[in-house]
Amino acid sequence: MTILQQCINGLMLGSTYSLLAIGYTLVFGVLQMLNLAHGEVYMIAAFFAWAMVTMMKLPFFAAFIIASLIASLSGLLIELLCFRLVNKDYPLASLLSTIGLGIVLQNFALVFSKGEMVRFPSAFHDFNINIGGLAISGVHVLILSIGIALMLSLQVLIFKTNIGKALRAVAENRVVAGMFGLNVNFIVGVTFVISSGLAGVAGVLTAMAYHSITPFMGVEMGLKGLTVIVLGGMGSLTGAMIGGLMLGLGEVLAMGYLPMCLIGYKDAIAFIMLIMVLLIKPSGLMGRSQEVKV
Amino acid sequence: MGESYLGGIAIQIGINMILALSLYITFSTGQISLGHAGFMAIGGYAGAILTVQAGTSLTFAIVIAALLAGLFGLLVGWPALRLGGIFLAIATLGFGIIVMVFFQNFPYTSGSMGMQGMVGTSIPLVYLLLSAIVFLTWQLMRSSWGRSFEAVREDEIAAKTMGINVTVVKLTAFILGASLAGIAGALDAHYMYYIDSHNYTFGRSIEILLFLILGGSEVVWGPLLGALILTALPELLRFMADYRMVVYGLLMMAMMIVRPQGIIDRKMFHKRR
Repeated sequence: MTILQQCINGLMLGSTYSLLAIGYTLVFGVLQMLNLAHGEVYMIAAFFAWAMVTMMKLPFFAAFIIASLIASLSGLLIELLCFRLVNKDYPLASLLSTIGLGIVLQNFALVFSKGEMVRFPSAFHDFNINIGGLAISGVHVLILSIGIALMLSLQVLIFKTNIGKALRAVAENRVVAGMFGLNVNFIVGVTFVISSGLAGVAGVLTAMAYHSITPFMGVEMGLKGLTVIVLGGMGSLTGAMIGGLMLGLGEVLAMGYLPMCLIGYKDAIAFIMLIMVLLIKPSGLMGRSQEVKV
Repeated sequence: MGESYLGGIAIQIGINMILALSLYITFSTGQISLGHAGFMAIGGYAGAILTVQAGTSLTFAIVIAALLAGLFGLLVGWPALRLGGIFLAIATLGFGIIVMVFFQNFPYTSGSMGMQGMVGTSIPLVYLLLSAIVFLTWQLMRSSWGRSFEAVREDEIAAKTMGINVTVVKLTAFILGASLAGIAGALDAHYMYYIDSHNYTFGRSIEILLFLILGGSEVVWGPLLGALILTALPELLRFMADYRMVVYGLLMMAMMIVRPQGIIDRKMFHKRR
């Protein structure tokens, strides 16, 4: 494996981290709360895609689209059950409620998969792209391009369209945005739909890349996504994108070049990076520092 | 294993109650920790190494476990003073995972294979410790210390202007919480006769937070009730077979809609006013 191949793999992994992290950061930006069922949305999308491909014999592309749509819709359910119906004066109550929902989804998936690791079928015959004698997996390139295309369109959506402007206004100040006649609940709903849809896309893409899915695949990814948003700065969209790519790249390169005796510690890398960043700049790499008001 | 099924559950409830109180003390100054499983692991491994490899008594091991976990509480709590709210939660989460990964690779306790050979705990020991901890926590919260904990949670800046040393208060709460988690960890490792890094995942830290939030974080009885309910509930739901954890999750969500402040809140104790 040459370093270029490693980099492509790292960026591919990183783009799935970014997609997931964007979802966290959007919701956090708008509500100042975390949705800990986010990783589970990622997981159920992969399961839906798997069920559609293997049981209903749908073409892969259709399964990918439908699974992502189901994931988006589940975002509305999360918003209703864990946020709108829960009293806002108790921010931890919402956090807990999303954990509860995560447990529900995980155990549904566990019953569904009968506790075994599920093999995700190959979407199509994998091909290699040759660039100057380097063989790069076509699937990995495809995943990376989908990821980057989605991130770029999201940038356009957030910074160039009216709905994006409304979303930024609600993130800036909910109350004032409401006074200016924005339908805050609608915007929050849209945020959850986008956020969960991206998690769904990331779920199906990862399943495609690694060919295996488990009910617990969302837990670790969810944690990685959280790390990324703190690294990048809470609520910062660009921070989440760049942070995700950096983390993926860092992990793959560390795996390739760390001495053997340290390989066991690779799961700690992300968190060691995280704690160091927090100690130096408590608001994250691209976060705005918040002033304390009396 | 020596204990009956019910005896085992009773011990688990006692240990979980100590864990719930450990987070309650930290949380009473407004600090959220998602890394309590890490302090628990430190206490658990320290206790296990002492009784198995150094042959000390369990009581001595528990004292050392508490001190060591408290020391780590200081090491984590000191830099964490700069962080608030969600950042503190995620930094402590990172700490918990780093501790887990460390023990996964620690050859001295045979890494992820786990280590065994502990002496068991007994119901009297667990409940004696629990009662002492409950009494001391209750007294602490009624003392001027407890009042300053509360003041810091409500408004750090206002507390500072009232002459409360916020740094000392927050650190004290963090260290106390960490040592209690260490005690619970040592008890747990000996109750299980076995210690393995997989017992100390992020899920464990979340479970401790659930005890506190579901039971209620305003008075000392809240976390105790939360630990009791959430430990017993999966057992009581056994008849639901595969779906019991689904029901457990749904109950949790329903609770947060109906009673976001937890089952027990302060109002229950002030009806006479």
